[in-house]
Amino acid sequence: MNSSLLLSITTFIYGLSAVLYLISWVFKKKGPGRAAFFSLALGALLNAGGIVLRWVESYQLGIGHAPLSNLYESLVFFSLTIAVFYIFIEWRYQNPTIGVFASPLSFLSMAYASLSPNISDHIQPLIPALKSNWLIAHVVTCFLGYSALAIAFGISIMYLFKLTERGQKYRMLQSFPDSRSLDELNHQMVMVGFLFLTAGIITGAVWANSAWGSYWSWDPKETWSLITWFIYAAVLHARMMRGWHGRRIAWLCIFGFFAVLFTYFGVNLLPGLHSYGQ
Amino acid sequence: MKKNNVKSGAIHRAWDFFTSMKLTVTVLLCLAATSVVGTLIPQNEAPTFYFHQYGKFFYRLLMATGLDNMYHSWWFQLLMLLLFVNIIACSVHRLSSMWKVIFNKSPRVNPERFRKLENRIEIEVNERLDSLQKPYTDIISKRFRRHASEKTDKGFYIYGEKWRLSRLGVYVVHASVLVLLIGALIGSLLGFDGFVNIPEGKSVDQIMLRKTQKTLPLGFAIRCDDFDVTFYETGAPKEYRSKLSIIRNEKVLLTRDIIVNRPLRFGGVNIFQASYGEVPGEKHVAGDLASKKIRLNIVDRHTGKTITQELSMGGTAALPEGSGFFLIKEFKESADFRGQEIGEAFLGLLMEKGKDPVEVLLPLRYPNFDKMRGGHHVFSLENIDDLLVSENKEPVYYTGLQITRDPGVWVVYSGFILMLIGFGVTFFMSHQQVFVEVTPSGKKCRVMLAGISNKNTIGMERKLKKLSAAL
Ligand code: HEM
Repeated sequence: MNSSLLLSITTFIYGLSAVLYLISWVFKKKGPGRAAFFSLALGALLNAGGIVLRWVESYQLGIGHAPLSNLYESLVFFSLTIAVFYIFIEWRYQNPTIGVFASPLSFLSMAYASLSPNISDHIQPLIPALKSNWLIAHVVTCFLGYSALAIAFGISIMYLFKLTERGQKYRMLQSFPDSRSLDELNHQMVMVGFLFLTAGIITGAVWANSAWGSYWSWDPKETWSLITWFIYAAVLHARMMRGWHGRRIAWLCIFGFFAVLFTYFGVNLLPGLHSYGQ
Repeated sequence: MKKNNVKSGAIHRAWDFFTSMKLTVTVLLCLAATSVVGTLIPQNEAPTFYFHQYGKFFYRLLMATGLDNMYHSWWFQLLMLLLFVNIIACSVHRLSSMWKVIFNKSPRVNPERFRKLENRIEIEVNERLDSLQKPYTDIISKRFRRHASEKTDKGFYIYGEKWRLSRLGVYVVHASVLVLLIGALIGSLLGFDGFVNIPEGKSVDQIMLRKTQKTLPLGFAIRCDDFDVTFYETGAPKEYRSKLSIIRNEKVLLTRDIIVNRPLRFGGVNIFQASYGEVPGEKHVAGDLASKKIRLNIVDRHTGKTITQELSMGGTAALPEGSGFFLIKEFKESADFRGQEIGEAFLGLLMEKGKDPVEVLLPLRYPNFDKMRGGHHVFSLENIDDLLVSENKEPVYYTGLQITRDPGVWVVYSGFILMLIGFGVTFFMSHQQVFVEVTPSGKKCRVMLAGISNKNTIGMERKLKKLSAAL
């Protein structure tokens, strides 16, 4: 058993969980919902196991480092954090319909890592710039932030569905939490996401200062993370403005998540220091 | 009197403008949108770069708007300034009205306010009034730091309150943004950011500033005693290591190795390993060039088609499609172009059909020289490396150092810490007040609970449900 195999199995189990959530929602059955939850929890366990195993393997190769150093490893970690956040939400709110929008995110991230021909799953040695304890703090905080915002994205979509006229009539949309709870939950995910995003930018800045002597140099990845930060800061304040409650906030959160995705993937198209995906 | 009114009206409007949340959201979204532009247009390149890349019109536009260095342009900084003023105005405005709520030593409980709340829960309890007061007070006092119990006309109420100071969290957050901006300002006014390349064994005492391209004396010298780069088996770099000595008044003050992520700090100046490279050795001509064969590239300017011909002194090469000949006439130790010394060069004669012969210079030190002539064919030397050789047998490396000074860093770091603390408080704590009123109703008691929280109203409802279960 090696980590690649374990993580491939994880992908499959996340996929299963997403399908089960969908079945439980469409057919309004409790059973598949329970099964979905347990397979997601199992997936998360295997996912974490895979990460630990990969860590051990890197030491066996004599290039030991935390498995958070390239695109493949960050996507694997991203899946795990989304799953863990969602498990917490379901445990707290007891409504599996949110899983319909959250579990596919874990699955997609994992599937993209495993299947994309552009992403190598080889364990690579660390280049000099990445040899820093700040690497771990930086990647962990960033991805905790990204995944909370990913879930806020899913919840915002549910919220917009719920608000439509069909939301009142359709049986399938009735099982969603009521719009007020969705809005509140969305706000909480944005707060958690914003906190970690901020911590991610801060750890990145401190690291940059210790590696090349300036905590901010407007490189495209830094700038995009700041753009994302501005957008979510606007979300937090727009909530308090008259006429900006609800629908517009949901749209801003969806928009903000595209900024997250661009910070993560799109920036590799622009020149800069961050080496993920190259 | 009237004049005064007009004036205070204007001030009023300005105050409203600067304390409005609309301004905040607008400025934040504007900062986001303009920052995008800065990631699409390469920043801080030479003017010629923009000219070639974008054409004359956009070049003018970019230069006029400062988009080539937009994060330092006046309008971007104006946005930051607006944010700064907005935060101060807003905080002053809100804090002045919030002060009494936060720092009131003995707040009066207003039962009517709680009795009207929508989130109130009413239950009936099968107990007598006086047997409830003590256990209920215990329950509330365990969960709420401040509590009070009071008799009413018919029964009693208990009031509990906690985390009032958490209302200050959001001011900590906003203050931290100000601290960050101030720290950044200090850095940009009093700090510098430069670089220097030092060949092994050599020392320097001044650096080149990145922004202005000016030199700056350091007040001490840095000597590179040694530079090493090691690689993994995959060929990826493993470590860059420079051994540096700091020298002042010809005395070595300290010697240390630096690697990426482990800089040297000396007297407020930070020295970072940034890059490395090979020192280009003095090049000189390899023997008697007049007797050497040269390889001539002939490129068609329009089609890009290249042919290469080998010839020796006095030889001719045929141009493509029989359009003429190129003759190598002589080798000059020191050629001259419009009064400018351009070093060693071959002199050729271009004879195109139907045209007068033209002299063509092929200088060794400027390989693309002939492009300038603008002829149909462009001539260049392919085997320059055979003709001009480096005198260094062993490669000599230089270490590339980033040298910075930023007295604002500690201000910025304090801002970071303040911001995280502020977020923790604002996001996860809220000022909570609960109210439990017990009145007799027949043999039983009616218990009413209600609560106020400055945010997370749903959380409050959940809390009340839990509390009602405990009662
Ligand atoms: C980059 C700058 C800013 C950041 C990072 C920031 C951050 C925050 C955060 C995290 C909150 C708490 C939101 C919540 O509890 O949901 C907040 C609330 C608030 N912000 Fe800002 N803010 C910024 C700029 C401003 C500005 C310029 C204003 C001026 C109008 C402002 C006014 C407020 C107000 C009035 C609140 C609500 C306070 C309360 O709940 O009592 N903020 N801000």
